[in-house]
Amino acid sequence: MSVSVSDVYWSAGNTMIVNGISIEVSPGKMLGLLGPNGSGKSSLLRLICGLRKARSGVIALGDTDITRMPRLDIARRVAFVEQQATTEMQVTVLDAVRLGRTPHRGPLSPWNLVDDAAVNAALDHVGMRDRAHQLWHTLSGGERQRVHIARALAQMPKELLLDEPTNHLDIQHQLEILSLVARLPVTSIVALHDLNLAAMFCDTLAVLHRGKVVAAGAPEDVLTEELIADVFGVRAFIECSAHHRRRHIQYRLD
Amino acid sequence: MSLALSQPVLIGRWWWARLALAASTILLLGFMISLAVSIGEISIPLATTAKAVANRLFGASFELSRIHQGIVWDYRLSRALMAASAGAALALSGAILQALLRNPLAEPYVLGISAGASTGAVAVMILGFGYGVLTLSTGAFIGAIIAFVLVSALAAGAGGGADRIILAGVAGSQLFNALTSYIVTTSANAEQARGVMFWLLGSLSGVRWTDVYLAAPVALVGFLIAMFHARALDAFTFGIDAAASLGIAVNRVRIVLLGATALMTAAMVSVVGSIGFVGLVIPHAARFIVGPGHGRLLPTCAMIGAIFMVAADIVSRVIIPQQILPIGVVTALFGAPAFALILYKARRPA
Ligand SMILES: Nc1ncnc2c1ncn2[C@@H]1O[C@H](COP(=O)(O)OP(=O)(O)OP(=O)(O)O)[C@@H](O)[C@H]1O
Ligand SMILES: [Mg+2]
Repeated sequence: MSVSVSDVYWSAGNTMIVNGISIEVSPGKMLGLLGPNGSGKSSLLRLICGLRKARSGVIALGDTDITRMPRLDIARRVAFVEQQATTEMQVTVLDAVRLGRTPHRGPLSPWNLVDDAAVNAALDHVGMRDRAHQLWHTLSGGERQRVHIARALAQMPKELLLDEPTNHLDIQHQLEILSLVARLPVTSIVALHDLNLAAMFCDTLAVLHRGKVVAAGAPEDVLTEELIADVFGVRAFIECSAHHRRRHIQYRLD
Repeated sequence: MSLALSQPVLIGRWWWARLALAASTILLLGFMISLAVSIGEISIPLATTAKAVANRLFGASFELSRIHQGIVWDYRLSRALMAASAGAALALSGAILQALLRNPLAEPYVLGISAGASTGAVAVMILGFGYGVLTLSTGAFIGAIIAFVLVSALAAGAGGGADRIILAGVAGSQLFNALTSYIVTTSANAEQARGVMFWLLGSLSGVRWTDVYLAAPVALVGFLIAMFHARALDAFTFGIDAAASLGIAVNRVRIVLLGATALMTAAMVSVVGSIGFVGLVIPHAARFIVGPGHGRLLPTCAMIGAIFMVAADIVSRVIIPQQILPIGVVTALFGAPAFALILYKARRPA
C-alpha cells in the first residue's frame, strides 16, 4: 500500500471529528474522498500528511508509520494542497511554485537545474508558464488554485493530497486538473464534492459521514441511490453513462 | 503582460545588478559612517578621520591632536557603529516578524516588544539588580520575551488571526509603557528620571565602545541565524500549515527566530532605547528593491537599516543647531508617514 490509514481517531476539544477511519490506497491509484460539509475530509487529509497528530490508530506511508518519520522526510514524498491558502506578501506565481522545492534543498544549497526543470514542468502541467511573473494577488480564484497545484507538483511527491482542487475552476480546468492527477504516476487522495467528477476520474471512493467511512470501494459499488439519500439527503437517479461507461448521477427535485 | 501586473522589483535576476547593489550599499554605509564621524560641533576633515582610525586599527603613527583622536575614536565612531548595528538589527527583526506572523505591519515596536524591553531595562536600572551593561540587556531580554508571550496570548485569546496581533501589540505597548512610567515616577530620583525619559525616546548619546561590543555581535549573530532560516521564512508565505507541509519544523523555527528577534531588540533597546518604525519601514523598502525572497531580502534589510539609522543620527545632530534631538524622534518623523502609506496599501479590497 502507498497510504494506509487504520482505525484513526482525532478530536478537537471534546468532539470526535475523525471517528475510527480506515482506508487504503495502492500505489499510483486515485482515491476520491466524498462527504457532506463538516464530515471530516480536510481533517483526514491533514492527519495523513502529518499536520495533525492522530489521537490513536496508525497512518503509514509505504511501510513506515508517519509518527516515526521526520517532518522533512514526509515533505519529500507527500504534497498537500489546502482548501484555502493565501498570502498578503507580494509574491509572483514563480515564487509560489518555487516553494515546492523547499524540502529538496538544504538551507544553504543553491538553486539548481533539477529545481528549475521541476518548476517549469509543474507550471506547464497547469498551463501557467506564461503567467510566471504575475503577482499572486492579481490572480483569479481558479488561477490561484492551479498555482497551488503546480507548487505541489514541483515538490515531486509520491503521494499527492488535494483538498477540493476543482473549487473555483471553470469546467475545462476541472476536467484538466483531474485528468492530469489521474494520469500522473503518483498516488493521490482527492476530496471532492462533485459526485460525477469523482465517478469519472477516481479508481476508488470513500464516503465520509460524521467522521466515519460509510462506504468504500469502486465508484460503481459505492455510488448508489440509497447511499446518496442517506448521506447527502438528496434523491438521485443513477445510470451508466453511454458515453464514458462510468456512473452518471442526476438529482431529483420532487 | 502589463506593467501593473508584474512584480515591482528593481533588482531582477541579473547577477551584475545584485553585485552592484551589494557593492553600492557597502560603499554607501562606509561613506555615511565617515560622514557621521566628521560632522558635529567640531567638524573634522575626512582625512583626519581616516588617520585617527588607521592609528587605532593598524597601529599607524600619524600626527594628530589628542582631542581629534579622542573625538573620532572614543565618541563618534563608536556612536556611528552603534547606530549601524541598531538599524540593521531592528530592520532584520521587522522582516522576521512580518514573515512569521504574516502581517505587513509587524515589528518589535508596534508589537510592544520594545516597550517590554524598556520596562525590563528600567526595572534593572532603577530598581537595581546590579547595574552594568550586561544585566541591563538581560533585563531588557526578559522584558522583551514576557511582552511577546503576553501579546501573543492576548492575540490568541482574541481569536487569533493576523489582525489581532497588531491590536494586542497596541495594548501590550500601553501596558508596558505604563509600567515603565510607574517604576520611574515611584522609584527614580529627579536626575535618573530625566535620563531615563531621554533614553526611552531613543538616544545615541553616551554610547561607548562597550555598547558596540555588545550590539555589533548580537546584530551579526541575529543576521546569521536569520540567513540560515531564509528558506524557512519563505515557506511561511502561505501560512503555518503550508510551511509544515513543505517540511519546515515550524515550532522549532518559530522559537529560534522569535528568540533571535527578542535578543536583537533587547540588546538595542538596552543601549539606545526604543526606536520605532525602522523595523516596519525598512523591510518594505527592501522588498521593493529585491523582492520577497528572504535570501536577498535579509541582507538588503540589514544594509539599508544600518544606512538609514546612521543617516537619522546625522540628521538628529544637525537639524537644530547646538542641540541633539533624540534619534527616535527623527525615525518617527520619517516612519509615521511611511506607516500610514503601508497601512493604506495593505488595506483589503472591498
Ligand atoms: N481545530 C478544530 N477545532 C474545532 N473544530 C474543528 C477543528 N477542525 C475541524 N473542526 C470541525 O470538524 C468538522 C470537520 O471539519 P473538516 O474541515 O474536516 O470537514 P470537511 O469534510 O473538509 O468539510 P468541507 O466539505 O466543508 O470542507 C467540522 O465540523 C469542523 O467544524
Ligand atoms: Mg474541507
